[in-house]
Amino acid sequence: MNSGLRIVLQVLMYAAFAAGVGYLSASPAYDYADASEATIKLSLSHAANRVKPCVRLTPQQVAELAPNMRHTEECERQRLPLVVELEIDGAVRARIVAPPSGLWSDGPASIYQRFEIEPGTHTLTARLRDSHRSEGWDYTHTEDVSLVAGRYFTVTFRAESGGFSFR
Amino acid sequence: MAFLKHALYGLFARAEYLFEYAFGQRYNPFTWLGAFGWYFYWITAATGIYLYIFFDTGIVDAYASVEYMSNEQWYAAGIMRSLHRYASDALVVVVVLHLLREFAMDRLRGKHFFAWLTGVPLLAFIYICGISGYWLVWDKLAQYIAVATTEWLDALPFFAEPIANNFLDSTTLGGRFFTLMVLIHIFAPLFMLLLMWVHVQRHSSARVNPPRGLAIGTMAALLALSVIYPAVSQGPADLDVVPATVNLDWFYLAGYPLFEVVPGGRLWLYLGGGFALLAALPWLPPEGRKPEARVSLANCNGCSRCFDDCPFSAITMVARSDGRPYELEPAVNPDNCTSCGICAGSCPTSTPFRRAKPIQPGIELPHRTISELRERVMAPLTARGDEPRIIVFACDQGNADILGDETAGVRVIKLPCVGMLPPSFIDYALSRRFADGVMLAGCAANDCFHRLGNEWTMRRMARQRDPHLRQRVAGERVETAWLPPGARHRLGVALHRFREKLRGLPHE
Repeated sequence: MNSGLRIVLQVLMYAAFAAGVGYLSASPAYDYADASEATIKLSLSHAANRVKPCVRLTPQQVAELAPNMRHTEECERQRLPLVVELEIDGAVRARIVAPPSGLWSDGPASIYQRFEIEPGTHTLTARLRDSHRSEGWDYTHTEDVSLVAGRYFTVTFRAESGGFSFR
Repeated sequence: MAFLKHALYGLFARAEYLFEYAFGQRYNPFTWLGAFGWYFYWITAATGIYLYIFFDTGIVDAYASVEYMSNEQWYAAGIMRSLHRYASDALVVVVVLHLLREFAMDRLRGKHFFAWLTGVPLLAFIYICGISGYWLVWDKLAQYIAVATTEWLDALPFFAEPIANNFLDSTTLGGRFFTLMVLIHIFAPLFMLLLMWVHVQRHSSARVNPPRGLAIGTMAALLALSVIYPAVSQGPADLDVVPATVNLDWFYLAGYPLFEVVPGGRLWLYLGGGFALLAALPWLPPEGRKPEARVSLANCNGCSRCFDDCPFSAITMVARSDGRPYELEPAVNPDNCTSCGICAGSCPTSTPFRRAKPIQPGIELPHRTISELRERVMAPLTARGDEPRIIVFACDQGNADILGDETAGVRVIKLPCVGMLPPSFIDYALSRRFADGVMLAGCAANDCFHRLGNEWTMRRMARQRDPHLRQRVAGERVETAWLPPGARHRLGVALHRFREKLRGLPHE
């Protein structure tokens, strides 16, 4: 066996290995999103109202409870699903019904979605329903926003802060 | 499944032939894949410790500290960073090849299952280490990974609030999740090392270091790559800007584009199913249990050779229980015994010269006894005219099927592993004129199906390991053929050459 040829082959194999590792460690590039579009992130986590409203206990009922277990209201744990709608320039872009989290459906419902949209000025309306009502909304926010290509625009919600926040 | 194994087997056979030509059989990199995994792990760990000295673990300054390493200290920390990346990429390459090769060679079934099963979670750890490492650079790629990974994790029904919210925009960015990633990137490799140790627990003399030449060559290649094509960051992360185009490390992130086309929950199902299938492969379909090696204390003097030679740590030496004046006796652990018979090959009482009938050695396989082996050797073998008669001792895994033509004076005696052959049988066959030549055909060097059978046989033949081949055996009448998978033609050629050589020797 020609040892010179073997050495050349070994060098070539080492070089091919290194080249393969080097190339695939950062190539080919991956286009994750369209840079000419803006991206809206809708993200919120909110606990909707309970399925059944809490019942206030009478003083007699409270007195019947063990002293260390006394409470004034009986509440069932299960919560309603959250309904959220996002409207862009008068057209509904997303309508999401999010179930409550938790094994007993007693946790907050969460929504996280991304949408690509043409950059420019748009009228954005976000609506949320967290109660028993079958029509109308508990929270609504409308704003003319300017979306920039290649940048994120976030729509979030905090009931304590008054509802939706666009930024 | 069999078709897939066969196809992969063929691919490996072709690739390995070329590598064997370049590196020689003993240093064929394909037979050192597991050891290379350890080697790349240590390179990654050592370079990682060095990088940690200069790395700022806070999310605000992490990127700047990595840039400092790559630009200001390119000659040391910069090269270390590149080595860190490329060695971890190389780790993925060798581990995937190792997995595919063990599958193709069917070295996962029955009692081989342990290394396979413990290797499956190692795959997950490799990816956790790699992905958390890319996160720490906190460049655009890290931002993409952070967002894509947390969005995917949010598909699991465990989190009360989307954890992707941590990376919603620059106002929500907090250091806590980043710190968690730093901790994961430190502790996951430590757990991985623990699992790697468990992975080789049932292997005696586990090969965890590649040969020096291969190690130096590989290190030189990675170093050259680090200098010529250093690992760089992709610009600082900005959670307000969409990382539209990223240069993925395809070894670790090849699955990430799927996040955009397959729902996260379904991907988790596919991943879980894939891991479950991988873990179940040793039992698909279930294999019948092979009888374990059996000890005959009446013929055992507790010499420990079977203990020394067992490749799967299935034999332990325990206190003597039969009252005979020896200190120890072997005990076979049925869960570890793969029925390779190497213990019988190492036993000094496994000699055909004994007068006892049947021969009962100190340890042997109940379904492939040493007595039967002697009868196969003693059976008359004739050849046409003056043609030499050859006995080929071949392992079940090898390529000997094509040689079985007794009319041409060739008898193939198959063994579970060539290491089951006590060297005294070669002496017996030649000195008692049962054959004019003996050939041993087994797996390639460092690639024995039963791990060490060919290695021990080579050393026994070279009189470096007990039981030795006796000095009186004429070396020109013994031939060996250690061949990789798919080398049937080469075995035929080796036999033909051996026959030619025997023709030239004087009749005894």
